Amino acid sequence: MSTATTASATAARLDALRAEGRPALVGYLPVGYPDVDRSVQAVTTMVDAGVDVVEIGVPYTDPVMDGPVIQEAAEAALHGGTRVRDVLRVVEAVAQHSGGRVPALVMSYYNPVLRYGVEAFARDLSAAGGAGMITPDLIPDEADEWSTAADAHGLDKVYLVAPSSTPERLRLTAQASRGFVYAASTMGVTGARDAVGDRAERLVADTRSAGAAHVCVGLGVSTGDQAAQVGRYADGVIVGSALVRTLLGDAPWSERLDDLGRVTAELATGVARARTAEGTS
Amino acid sequence: MPAKPVRDALTETLAASDAGRLADVHGPYFGQFGGRYVPEALIAALDELEAEFRKAQADAAFAADLERLHREYTGRPSPLTEVPRFAEHADPDGAVRILLKREDLNHTGSHKINNVLGQALLVKRMGKSRVIAETGAGQHGVATATAAALLGLECVVYMGEEDTRRQALNVARMELLGATVVPVAVGTRTLKDAINEALRDWVTNVESTHYLLGTVTGPHPFPEMVREFHRIIGAEAREQVLERVGRLPDVVAACVGGGSNALGLFNAFLDDDGVELYGFEAGGEGIESGRHAARFSGGAPGVLHGARSYLLQDDDGQTRPSHSVSAGLDYPSVGPAHSWLHDIGRATYEPVTDDEAMEAFRLLCRTEGIIPAIESAHALAGALRVGRRRVAEGLRDQVILVNLSGRGDKDVATAATWFGLLDGTTTEGDR
Repeated sequence: MSTATTASATAARLDALRAEGRPALVGYLPVGYPDVDRSVQAVTTMVDAGVDVVEIGVPYTDPVMDGPVIQEAAEAALHGGTRVRDVLRVVEAVAQHSGGRVPALVMSYYNPVLRYGVEAFARDLSAAGGAGMITPDLIPDEADEWSTAADAHGLDKVYLVAPSSTPERLRLTAQASRGFVYAASTMGVTGARDAVGDRAERLVADTRSAGAAHVCVGLGVSTGDQAAQVGRYADGVIVGSALVRTLLGDAPWSERLDDLGRVTAELATGVARARTAEGTS
Repeated sequence: MPAKPVRDALTETLAASDAGRLADVHGPYFGQFGGRYVPEALIAALDELEAEFRKAQADAAFAADLERLHREYTGRPSPLTEVPRFAEHADPDGAVRILLKREDLNHTGSHKINNVLGQALLVKRMGKSRVIAETGAGQHGVATATAAALLGLECVVYMGEEDTRRQALNVARMELLGATVVPVAVGTRTLKDAINEALRDWVTNVESTHYLLGTVTGPHPFPEMVREFHRIIGAEAREQVLERVGRLPDVVAACVGGGSNALGLFNAFLDDDGVELYGFEAGGEGIESGRHAARFSGGAPGVLHGARSYLLQDDDGQTRPSHSVSAGLDYPSVGPAHSWLHDIGRATYEPVTDDEAMEAFRLLCRTEGIIPAIESAHALAGALRVGRRRVAEGLRDQVILVNLSGRGDKDVATAATWFGLLDGTTTEGDR
């Protein structure tokens, strides 16, 4: 398997942060909400406010892993005419804006990529400066075509594990992933929750035992305190709905961006104190 | 010679299958189609389900339980009815005989109960207490609510908001049976979005809940398992036709939404080379209108709801909305086994428009005293078309077997509106 031989920008970033004594803040926003230009503004705002890795979502008509907030944004983005290729523009903007410091991963359901052409998508994503792709409905068992293309273009392959994953599947997924393994904190879809599932810590430990070098946790994190709590044991804290939510609604765009920056900064403070005495109190 | 008893058909159904027969191909793949394109969170449940299904296939007690329910509860075997006055509309000189497999006479009014009882027994074996289901026309939702009531399971049915309006009586039926019906108000508000919502529920509650999927789509093992539970349709029909006609039919026809009634019937004839198989999709307002659910005429291979199959999609791989006068065929993808049968040329799939289906609907009512489901009316219209075509090619003594997959009680309001019966006008009788 080529996992060991292909360098991963995302893994390198996580290692650098680990050396600084903190986990990464991984922020998700969909391309095209409320339109492509403003989604570029939103992502760069998020970068300036302190995310370490970005995930850019491709809106899809049938997002079965997403809760109401991300569904609403995706539906609006599609309604506004967002195309799959627009995600490459956002990836490019992140690469330029951060001088390559912030890895940009695409998060996409499989069919839009399949239709684009798996090899062509990998080629174009790599050319745009993208780090790789997270695949919520593609498991390693079905991913031969994507895996070959990702290896050929030096892209990260981020697969998910869940509290229901068996030890055998954790091994398979850890083995197939590059960049990090995405651990779903709870059984469910995306969306803010009052508490992050207590199964997350166990799942991260089990995934590490199964051979994963880096494990980030997503689903349900929305506050700085939750980020600090999850950041104690995870290499990265993934936040989606709590960020997307700041952009929904009718407030003036500048206010929505301010809100996004404020929530991002709060989460960034959370991960910064995750491994200090204050963070664990 | 009497029709083969239900028990024998089931033993055949559940016996370990031989390799080399099209009828016995196992999942997860049917050619390049099928698979498991789902979140990792569901894989453990799918593995558990497959393991339980394999154990049940080898367990005579499971077969006996299901056989008893089929006989005493569903009313199997369902009869075979010849419809000569209807068949005259294919050829007035009687060159075409049409035989209907009467799945409409099953308890709950369609073939759906075959699969639902099988899966519900598996749910009991797995020790789960809650089932969820999607429904379009309401037939699968009603069947699931029925089985849940019978076996004491909690039942939640997801239904597109648009469909809850089109099929308000079926919503009431499900609620009378103790189910909770959840209207889905996102996306296209039809069957596709009901499935999305059911999958979200399942990802969240998978440890207590079984997703009782209603057709031969979805991730492995559903396409194979649901085919196996409907195999009884074809097994019975094959024996009944042999008994009635003395030979196999020339043509076997069924409507194809997800494709469970069609696959259940086709399966018994897949390895009979002389039998031509036809699946009829919803042509809606016509392929050129873009408002249809004809995946083979207007779609391309892709991934939706866990399986790779033919799919209505745009250039970006976004699912295109489907359209049909019948809610049960109004779905943008199709079971992977049908995509495989299409690609290897073993079955032929053709669209039937709303107009053609409603004309066949009216014809069966008037000539035979049978009100079919509008879904099944697509198969009836297709059978007339194929019959006429074969007569035009000079063929005679044609025997066409059609799956009458459901009854039309649920469609009376739609049909009455279609034919203008509610505003004081009536259409002219055909006789």
